[in-house]
Amino acid sequence: MSDNATIHVHLNGKEREVASAHTVHSLIESLELHPSLVVVELNREILPREAYGDVPVREGDTIELVHFVGGG
Amino acid sequence: MSDVGDTVETTVGTVEESGILDAPLVIGGRTFRSRLIVGTGKYADNRTMVEAIRASGTEMVTVAVRRVDLDRTKEEGILYHLSPDEFFLLANTAGCYTAEDAVRYARLARAAGFNEWIKLEVIGDQTTLLPDVAATLEAARTLAAEGFKVMAYTNDDLVTALRLEEAGCVAVMPLASPIGSGLGVVNPYFIREIKRRLEVPVIVDAGVGTASDACVTMEQGVDGILMNTALAAADDPVRMAHAMRHAILAGRLAYLAGRMPSREIAVPSSPVTGMLD
Repeated sequence: MSDNATIHVHLNGKEREVASAHTVHSLIESLELHPSLVVVELNREILPREAYGDVPVREGDTIELVHFVGGG
Repeated sequence: MSDVGDTVETTVGTVEESGILDAPLVIGGRTFRSRLIVGTGKYADNRTMVEAIRASGTEMVTVAVRRVDLDRTKEEGILYHLSPDEFFLLANTAGCYTAEDAVRYARLARAAGFNEWIKLEVIGDQTTLLPDVAATLEAARTLAAEGFKVMAYTNDDLVTALRLEEAGCVAVMPLASPIGSGLGVVNPYFIREIKRRLEVPVIVDAGVGTASDACVTMEQGVDGILMNTALAAADDPVRMAHAMRHAILAGRLAYLAGRMPSREIAVPSSPVTGMLD
């Protein structure tokens, strides 16, 4: 990774610095999550799972990664 | 805690599955043998949760939609513990206070790829967790139009229940009493009235605290019960899950059997004639 190879995103409510080369899929994997168990909202739009590998993560993106937890 | 008796469990299971004493529960075209739906929140640990859920005999469990905790300080996703092949997942919109938020959470839940069912819940008051019925109706209409199978949590108000049915909900779920209160059915008459008037299944959601509450609730004639805290907050959730399974079956069969009239006068059960001199 070169020096300028990072971008800033709003990820799950926090500012994060991530590699600029990431697709949504590779970002999820870099966080050690299973893409099949995560739903992605990119800039308030739900991203279909089949698009994870094609969509690049861009500077300033707002990304929400959600999943199912215990609840009533 | 599976020492609670496989024999009784088998007996209950036999009755539930036989279809002789009761017809199965059908919601939105899907058939369930168990009339119990359980939540997955608030258990002391995941192992107890899974054991309790299995003991309850349920086929449908609720789950919540939340941000993945990227710092791993909170719980992992529920699907690491519960298999969607073993239980039908009913995602909820718990924690939402507006129709817009509830619709957003429902869409996220559907995008998880399991099913298009949603337990719609729009809260209107933080203290009592009572539903915002106007917002619930608005979200129900939107979601039903988008093809969701909506099971709507609501209060014990007949007119709201009727409107939710008109909005296209596959089940209407009035509360017995406030969420997590364990107060049992505070208004059995309204629950009966809702059941009498609706075509879609009526599932009592929230407020059942112990087995007698579940039994009394089922005796009102409703189609089923959704509960979470009654199991999760019991001293022994697995034992309580067995108790609830029995109580729901007992209440259901008692309702179908038709109870004797109650009267404030004693009537002897043995012959009054034939007594010795």
